[in-house]
Amino acid sequence: MTLTGAQIKALIEAVAGDIIAHADELTRLDAAIGDADHGINMKRGAEAVLAEADTISAMPLPAALQAVGMKLVMTVGGASGPLYGTLALSLGRELAVNTFDEALCKATDAVAARGKSEAGQKTMLDVLFPVAAALRSARPMNDLPAIAEAAAEATIPVKAQRGRASFLGDRSIGHMDPGARSASLITAAIVRTLEVAK
Amino acid sequence: MSNVGIVIVSHSPLVAEGTADMVRQMVGHDVPLAWCGGDPAGGLGTSVESIIKAIERAWSDAGVAILVDLGGAETNSEMAVEMLGSPRSEKVVVCNAPIVEGAIMAATEASGGASLAEVQATAHELSPA
Repeated sequence: MTLTGAQIKALIEAVAGDIIAHADELTRLDAAIGDADHGINMKRGAEAVLAEADTISAMPLPAALQAVGMKLVMTVGGASGPLYGTLALSLGRELAVNTFDEALCKATDAVAARGKSEAGQKTMLDVLFPVAAALRSARPMNDLPAIAEAAAEATIPVKAQRGRASFLGDRSIGHMDPGARSASLITAAIVRTLEVAK
Repeated sequence: MSNVGIVIVSHSPLVAEGTADMVRQMVGHDVPLAWCGGDPAGGLGTSVESIIKAIERAWSDAGVAILVDLGGAETNSEMAVEMLGSPRSEKVVVCNAPIVEGAIMAATEASGGASLAEVQATAHELSPA
């Protein structure tokens, strides 16, 4: 997979823009079952990446993703910094040697290892795994936002088993996982941008 | 210094500093000790960059044991260790222990010249199985 610098910049602007626009919503979701900082933290990361969009988009995609990952690790804080940072860092590393669907599967596994988590525990992985699986089974890119959104919705009745929400036990049931929501927002922003670029 | 170093990572700089004060008073100055707390914007949370700097301040060739409070502190500490790179990353461990009791017990063990594995095991004994 190769993208032009203009496409990489458009992706950064779309993803960061959507995260910033939904920061309050993410923080509200996190207030219900976590520590009410997911939107604030992700917005800080998005702004930090946006500030360097020109430099980052001048790099080839694998290096650009690694630069984004490093920025997220250093600026986001919370657990989402190392988790989304690992996703981008690992995706960048894998893309240098793998196809995109293979790279996304490996990067998702890296996030699971970083968070010592797996599917079904009410986390961002509940969106990342089905999106990666859909790509691998050659589903059209246009299907991914709906798959991601449905997967995020599906975290609502689940009892959290990782992260701060797991402290709440049964009381975490009935709320969408904020990490699953941010992962679905990012998926939609990426697909929207790449579809326009086609 | 040849004793294992101790790093305290809390979401709150006040908790981290207070824990470090207790370690200093109870264990003394024979152990390299550093703390950090707060996210990159100064709110409650943890920062990979601050954790890396704290590891460097408490650095010992015998190794460094990190004590953390809640989830994000653990994930960020593990990320920080990885980013130190080999071979230094092989000499740093994140302990699974309550932060205050763990820091004091780990530092006590370290002050007697124990190895990194012994320091980590002492802290782990405090965790419910």
